[in-house]
Amino acid sequence: MTILSGGKTLVAALGRQTLAPIRNLGKLGTFFFWGLVNIFTLPFQFYKVIEQVCFIGAKSVFVITLTGAFTGMVLGLQGYYALTKFGSEGMLGSAVALSLIREMGPVLTAVMVIGRAGSAMAAEIGIMRISEQIDALETMSIDPVRFLVSPRIAAAVISFPLLTALFDVIGIIGGYLTGSMLLGINSGVYFARVESSVLMKDVTGGFIKAVVFALVVVAICCFKGFYTHLSKEGFGSKGVSLSTTSAVVISCVLVLVTDYVLTSILL
Amino acid sequence: MTTPLIQLRDIHKTFGSNPVLNGVNLNIYRGEITTIIGKSGGGKSVLLKHIIGLLEPDSGEILLDGLPLSAMKKSDRKSLKQKFSYMFQGNALFDSLNVYENVALPLKEKTSLPEREIRKRAGEKMAQLDIAGIGDRYPAEISGGMKKRVALARALITNPEIILFDEPTTGLDPIRKNAVHGMISDYQKKFGFTGVVVSHEIPDIFYISQRIAMLNNGRIIFEGSPDEIQQAQVPEIQNFIYGMENRRSGFNGSGHQTYVEQRFNQEKLRLCDHNITFSLIIFTLENFSEITEHADHMAGQTVLTNLTDRIRHHINITDSCSRCGLNKIALLLSNTDIEQARAFCQRLSKEIKGDDLLDIKPYPGFCFSIRAGFAQATRDCSLEALMEKAESTSNPFYTFNIF
Repeated sequence: MTILSGGKTLVAALGRQTLAPIRNLGKLGTFFFWGLVNIFTLPFQFYKVIEQVCFIGAKSVFVITLTGAFTGMVLGLQGYYALTKFGSEGMLGSAVALSLIREMGPVLTAVMVIGRAGSAMAAEIGIMRISEQIDALETMSIDPVRFLVSPRIAAAVISFPLLTALFDVIGIIGGYLTGSMLLGINSGVYFARVESSVLMKDVTGGFIKAVVFALVVVAICCFKGFYTHLSKEGFGSKGVSLSTTSAVVISCVLVLVTDYVLTSILL
Repeated sequence: MTTPLIQLRDIHKTFGSNPVLNGVNLNIYRGEITTIIGKSGGGKSVLLKHIIGLLEPDSGEILLDGLPLSAMKKSDRKSLKQKFSYMFQGNALFDSLNVYENVALPLKEKTSLPEREIRKRAGEKMAQLDIAGIGDRYPAEISGGMKKRVALARALITNPEIILFDEPTTGLDPIRKNAVHGMISDYQKKFGFTGVVVSHEIPDIFYISQRIAMLNNGRIIFEGSPDEIQQAQVPEIQNFIYGMENRRSGFNGSGHQTYVEQRFNQEKLRLCDHNITFSLIIFTLENFSEITEHADHMAGQTVLTNLTDRIRHHINITDSCSRCGLNKIALLLSNTDIEQARAFCQRLSKEIKGDDLLDIKPYPGFCFSIRAGFAQATRDCSLEALMEKAESTSNPFYTFNIF
């Protein structure tokens, strides 16, 4: 009898463990779907979208410029010494440009924006949840997903590709600084290689990645903040800190996973 | 019998292993203020959140106008929700928006009114609640009392049909607390909304409520008028109500009605045993609602508080003075017959100056009058009968005019 009931408990626990992530995934799916749909419902939330573009996009310009420049510079250095071994340092322009536009631009931009804006989204929405501000929106018949999430999704979809483009351009200039100015590659050769090797397909691929990363990052960060109160490990401010941490970690990991998947599709 | 506007039928709610509501049955009638009282942590806020739909019951049914919410279409529920407004216990103000944006948000998001009209309506509501000058400040920069009033302004801005107040006066000073009570009562009379209030403010809340429900151990153990609950011979209710009342009144430093009751019983014994008579005076601030309408909700309270102060300067330690209604003060004078009571009143009215009673700057045409009613106790009269008698013989006591 005891063995039987013990077995039942075990099966029940296993079932719960299996069902919980599936349920969460479903919740994330509907949350994201309504967030996306509500971007297009009237009246359009132009002002809020612009506000978020300013927060996610404009205010990230400095950090993206900085990281873009140093990434390009380090690529220039590493690339030069690797290519010299084969006597093909003239290809540095292609190496820097392609690795930036195809991979590093979208990924590093996403990671930097997660750190700067994604964590802020999760924390802000999380605090709104624990201080009943989201409940207050519901009592006023204001759809909290439309009010809080939709403008962020729209703003991220606008900002991510632009920030990625900025990252790419600054990175290519960074590569030029180290490769050409410091290590002496002919600047004409460097830029000619950039021009000849980069195809429209690479640029489009990079932008597709940026848009997908934008959706992934905003969905995860907003979702984590929005459901802070359901966290089993902590309530209140601890709950907010946990959801912010997990929002950052999960979205970073997901960005890399999605990057692999997209690369394999796009190549 | 009219159908209740909101009916809660056998509502159960459990959080984890903690049952909070164990079969709540409650009727809320249209155009009335229903107050839910009960111990802290007893599930009153949870009950309120069920009414507005923030929480779903584990079992049981909520009916609105006789129709079960669970059977309604999502769109119907949504449109129904727009008739509700909710004032949160912790205010739930949007901390990244300033005070004006907080108050105006429901209008901005849910109506297509032009900005100028929104600004006008929000400005009016803020002025009525004495928060007009802080529109550009953020919730973190204002006091707790101001936050309450901002939350109240936000709840009232859409002129809803049903307003749920979750402890609207917690954290307010005694004067503002009464001003908020007065305001809820005034607005209710003016706009005729249905109010559900969760409150601990006994007995002040009795003056503004038409119905009181007491929640105990997850069940409604009493539902009825304020008078009925005060007379209910249920130990839990008696302990709760009188336990709350025994503290000194925050209103004016004098005792509440129960204190007058105690003094009345003592004096009646003296009357019966030693034939020492005593009298009761009821002061009524006549145009209370007019004052609150033309000045603000604090003005009426200020006049009452200052009048109580003045009376207290003139009475003996054996006399007792207490509030006995939203605009009434009862004064029990021991060892005094009705003529002496009249003489006391005349003396008092000569010494009172209008400016002493007002802290506000009166507007042109400002006037208020106080009536005084006298009654001398007899051996067989009850306090209620004596109060009634006093009120029926009400005479002009004091008039203050500014032309």
